[in-house]
Amino acid sequence: MGGTSYTQVQAGTEIPPRQYPVTRLDLVKYAGASGDFNTIHWNERIAKSVGLPDVIAHGMLTMALAGVFLAEWAGDPGAVTELGVRFSAPVVVPDDDKGATVEVAGTVREILDGDRVSVEITARSADAKVLTRAHAVVRLA
Amino acid sequence: MALNASYVGRTFGPTQPYEVSRVKIAEFADAIGEPSPLCRDRAAAQAAGYPDVIAPPTFAIVLSTKSSAAVTHDPGLGLNYAMVVHGEQSFTHARPLHAGDVVVAQSTIESIRAVGGNTLLTTVTDITTTGGEQVCTARSTLVERGA
Repeated sequence: MGGTSYTQVQAGTEIPPRQYPVTRLDLVKYAGASGDFNTIHWNERIAKSVGLPDVIAHGMLTMALAGVFLAEWAGDPGAVTELGVRFSAPVVVPDDDKGATVEVAGTVREILDGDRVSVEITARSADAKVLTRAHAVVRLA
Repeated sequence: MALNASYVGRTFGPTQPYEVSRVKIAEFADAIGEPSPLCRDRAAAQAAGYPDVIAPPTFAIVLSTKSSAAVTHDPGLGLNYAMVVHGEQSFTHARPLHAGDVVVAQSTIESIRAVGGNTLLTTVTDITTTGGEQVCTARSTLVERGA
């Protein structure tokens, strides 16, 4: 699948960052696909009424982008055997054609047995860390 | 509002059996921008050693949310859902979910903690096939913001 090889990496290996655009349309699609119709993810009036600056992305969509990032690196979405995050700040998605941008990066922390590695992930949007304590275990080819 | 601490350790479910379908996996992969053919093309998935197309790792939230809804909507727990934000989430997969899996989910309240005016509710959901094979454990912490 063209994924990264286990023998290619060591503790400290950096995974090149990727940028993912998130628009209002993406939030509507994610709501439908996931079944999470919480109004703060598509209705500006409700979002502002509960003290948010604007509509925010589903935390689970941000987490899913971290999964996409790791799946591309490993060459297989099924290679991401563990994924855990803390949602530290919301991804604010304005009502324009550009939306928000989430930048994901990663660093190999530890080489594990079974062709697996542990990875620390960072995710930022508009200069805020939107995920903290984000880590994964990924099986490499 | 303080949550009912006597709910710690209580288990909800299992859910009704849920059949993981190729169409739902493809829809979810499209929604998150996952381009892998392993989520769409059965032949590609089988060439990679899977029985059928596989779900992205966070697809398990569809199942864990169905299961934990029994927790969050239990009036005896006292959760004010309007004040809830998602604090933490993790998934540990024994293997990826794939099309054709028929799974059930069961959720247990692991802890209820007060932290700085907020209340943290941590729930652990086990996803297993109807044949009893463990597939995924999902741990979710919801934060009920203080008024």
